[in-house]
Amino acid sequence: MMVVEALVALLLLASGAAALVAALGLLRLPDFFMRLHGPTKATTLGLGGILAASTIVFSVQDPGLSLHEVLITLFLFITAPASAHILAKSAMHDRVPFQGGQEDPLLHPANLVPESAGEYHAAGLDLPPPGEPLPGEES
Amino acid sequence: MRGPRAQDRVLALDFIFAVAMLMMLVLGIRDDSRMYFEGALLMALFGFLGSSAMAKFLLRGEVIE
Repeated sequence: MMVVEALVALLLLASGAAALVAALGLLRLPDFFMRLHGPTKATTLGLGGILAASTIVFSVQDPGLSLHEVLITLFLFITAPASAHILAKSAMHDRVPFQGGQEDPLLHPANLVPESAGEYHAAGLDLPPPGEPLPGEES
Repeated sequence: MRGPRAQDRVLALDFIFAVAMLMMLVLGIRDDSRMYFEGALLMALFGFLGSSAMAKFLLRGEVIE
């Protein structure tokens, strides 16, 4: 019994830490897509931990395995990425800016492959600092 | 639930629903009660419905086409 309680407490603490990381990420990350990324992953982790703890507790108390929690786990593991995907799609549709002010992810300097950066240099153009529009892209 | 854009607010609401659901599960463990579990299931369901409906609204301008 002692071992079970220790295991459950450990799982709950780990999940609480994951949820805390998710909240901090939601609060402090610089642009919307990063804020979307943080909580979706960490919430999934925290959810898995707490549901495992709940399964263990109720399986030990009553005879027989308690599998109600698997229902929530399955449901949320399917729906959480789906809602995050729709949110990201609507954010891109609304042209929510990335970090540095770029709106189009393909024009973000971090996404330019070295070859095209070389072409920019060969054409006598320097890549602008982040936040400035790229050559050929007005405002 | 502040944020520069509406999407931030929807994301915050989604996260609040998830954390409230986790809290209900923990309360259920503490009180040895199965009722909290049903609440958590409903909360997961409505959280997904609400955030996906709002995201759909932001995407299209209407929820049901």
